[in-house]
Amino acid sequence: MAEANARPENQPPKPRTQPPGRESTAPRLEVHDVTKSFGAVAAVQGVSFPLYPGEAHALVGENGAGKSTIVKMLAGVHRPDTGTLRVDGADVDFAGPADAKAAGIAVIYQEPTLFPDLSVAENIAMGNQPLTRLRQIDRREMTANAERLFRRLGVPIDPSRPARGLSIADQQLVEIAKALSAEARVLIMDEPTAALSAVEVQRLFAVVRSLRDEGAAIMFISHRFEEITALCERVTIMRDGRHVATDLVSGLSVDDMIRRMVGRDLSALFPKQDVEPGEVVLEVEGLSREGVFRDISFSVRAGEIVALAGLVGAGRSEVMQAVFGVDPYDEGSVKVHGRRLRKNAPRAAMAAGMALVPEDRRQQGLVMELSIERNVTLPRARKLARLGLLFGGREREAAETWTRKLQTKLGRLSDAVGTLSGGNQQKVVLAKWLATGPRLLIVDEPTRGIDVGTKAEVHRLMSSLAADGLAVVMVSSELPEVLGMADRVVVLREGRVAAQLTRAEATEESVMYAAMGQEVTA
Amino acid sequence: MSETLRRSDAPGGIDLDRRPDRAGAIKSRLTSWDSIILVLTALVLLIASVTVDNFGTSRNFTFMVLDLLPIILIALPMTMIIVTGEIDLSVASTLGLTSSMMGWLWNQGLSIETIIPICVLIGAVCGVVNGFLITGLGLPSLAVTIGTLALYRGLAFVVLGDGAVADFPWNYTGWVTGTIGGGAVPNVLILIVALALVFGVVQHATPFGRSLYAIGANAQAAHFSGIRVARTKFWLYVGSGAVAGLVGVLWTLRYSSARADNGSGLELAVVAAVLLGGVSIFGGKGSLPGVLAGVVLLTALQNALRLEDVSGQALNIVTGSLLVLSVLLPNITTAVRGNWQRRKLRRAAAAR
Repeated sequence: MAEANARPENQPPKPRTQPPGRESTAPRLEVHDVTKSFGAVAAVQGVSFPLYPGEAHALVGENGAGKSTIVKMLAGVHRPDTGTLRVDGADVDFAGPADAKAAGIAVIYQEPTLFPDLSVAENIAMGNQPLTRLRQIDRREMTANAERLFRRLGVPIDPSRPARGLSIADQQLVEIAKALSAEARVLIMDEPTAALSAVEVQRLFAVVRSLRDEGAAIMFISHRFEEITALCERVTIMRDGRHVATDLVSGLSVDDMIRRMVGRDLSALFPKQDVEPGEVVLEVEGLSREGVFRDISFSVRAGEIVALAGLVGAGRSEVMQAVFGVDPYDEGSVKVHGRRLRKNAPRAAMAAGMALVPEDRRQQGLVMELSIERNVTLPRARKLARLGLLFGGREREAAETWTRKLQTKLGRLSDAVGTLSGGNQQKVVLAKWLATGPRLLIVDEPTRGIDVGTKAEVHRLMSSLAADGLAVVMVSSELPEVLGMADRVVVLREGRVAAQLTRAEATEESVMYAAMGQEVTA
Repeated sequence: MSETLRRSDAPGGIDLDRRPDRAGAIKSRLTSWDSIILVLTALVLLIASVTVDNFGTSRNFTFMVLDLLPIILIALPMTMIIVTGEIDLSVASTLGLTSSMMGWLWNQGLSIETIIPICVLIGAVCGVVNGFLITGLGLPSLAVTIGTLALYRGLAFVVLGDGAVADFPWNYTGWVTGTIGGGAVPNVLILIVALALVFGVVQHATPFGRSLYAIGANAQAAHFSGIRVARTKFWLYVGSGAVAGLVGVLWTLRYSSARADNGSGLELAVVAAVLLGGVSIFGGKGSLPGVLAGVVLLTALQNALRLEDVSGQALNIVTGSLLVLSVLLPNITTAVRGNWQRRKLRRAAAAR
């Protein structure tokens, strides 16, 4: 499959220096002086920018800069408090997502929302099914339509298969096909590449480029600068809810963009300090779980950062969740400071000084409806209690100490944690676990979906924690992060340890080679 | 939920809230479900005591507290269970089973002092069965407790048949129906206040209570935070059963009659009162003070209607309607509050 779709990206994209047709064409979509607040937090303040037909336009900014709010207003999910949205020069007021769709705006989210039990063709036709003369759903036309769309996109997906089991990349392509079938003229993509492999990203870009060349207006949101420079002609930069600049990508270096996003210069992104490793903290021996991972062994010493690298689905998160005890394992042992841990007992792991910052913030890391304060104190409410009783003051104090240490941007500690931006939510998860005073910290994709500024803060934090003698296990899919932060790299492939590399041995090539096995022929 | 969260900014904590939006916080607090239900309850009590003959008398107060007793006691563990996102519909049948057992054991010649702990234990065992089926086998609580609702009631009839046991000793039945020093305050009010205090403190000021809200809002995140989700739920069912067992004893003593059909249909009133008190049926939200107000509101309304000679069927209509309203109204108030906020922001933006 990969080979079949690898064609278009062999030619590097033609860099365009002019926004296409800017002089002759009116903007397809205009955001004009738009403001939106949630409670006391102003998410977007007076933002304006145009989106022209036939251009791919990047929207960048740190988490909490207001990108998602812009997307949701364009998608009809939120209504602007003030300001206007214009489509083809006319003011529009979306009462709901259906209105936005009717105006030709389609949004592709990071995680597509297909109906898993319906076929691909049915998903594409959802809400818009072709009918026969007898007002029955015309299945033949539906399938034919899906086939036409996939041919146009140049992707080999079988329209009659169920959506369940499609890779995220394929699901996104189905969403794009759905958008095309609804004759969308504006395609908004909110971090579509976050969960894709490099090959899948290239395939997605090929599709997006062809749509752009047919005259669609594309808005592309990503935290990865190499993708922005590869795909987009222009970029709009936001900071703290305000518009900073809209510029040609070709005129900006990555450093320029970062500086404008964060409003300051960033020092090195991956500042792991050299630390003399201490005693062995974690020993994992022969850990196996039927069908998930087999015979996993590695150890971590105090002051060390060990990265677990590998492709998505290699079993990295599953291994660490079994180590922490939230998932079961069948064989093997986990020892902390030489003492064997019980299986399936997160509380025993916590008592032994272990902390797990999980991969999925929304589902595993935080209770979104609860306050920031309650979330931070959740794992150690028992320790904060006096005579078994909790008083607001002590919880608040603890929560305040840690959110302040991690420079979390928040309104009130009693606000629901779901009101924070992604990066600040991640800081709350870190605060929650660092507050337990761990000696072994497991972080699973610690910087996924968070902005460069926060990312650098998280890296600096991990480095200084390691310098203080904390043992750290980091699961990461980002190679630069792995190579920059880790003292050692354990590479997993299909549930087994494929390689253990020292810092000196670990390079992009060696890690990828181990992660992909024989598939890479370089 | 916001009600319970805000409770922690009570004086004594570090005041992080001295901000301009303090007024907004107070406003949203006034429109919170807790306060609405408290005001509503006060209104019903006030109107009823003015318009309904005999409602405000001390005799009627005693009766009302006695009517309140089974609902309020069972509502205490029920609130916790619903906060975790589960439900226990078997409580009234557990009550009936322990009532039957009490009659049977009394006929066997056991003393009341022995029978009471045995009955509480039987209730707890009923809870163990529920808890095992729900947390051990992972079955849905709604289905399991509808099943045991029928099962326990059936067992109650096996134990005692259609008959009744009535000859319980006066010193016990008299205590349950009696008042402190012969005044207006019933003896059982002590029990209500004591248990409500214990449950209130456990729910709102202990790590265990905190974990209930986390479980109800996101069980997976609770699990990842080291909370033993299944074990917590299991013990809630045991507690619920034990309290239902105790209420079975009190019910039997109050009417001096052990019958298999005692308390049938009571689960409806309990669930209605809990939801009326602002606990979300989806879990994660709700507070005990709200529930207590909900119970008082429900009982006062029924009491007033009964004094006005409204039939039993009509009372059921009231309970049912309140149940539906209690699920509906919080949604409406949230929507209204959201609208207020949006309008305020637009005004602020226009003024700028």
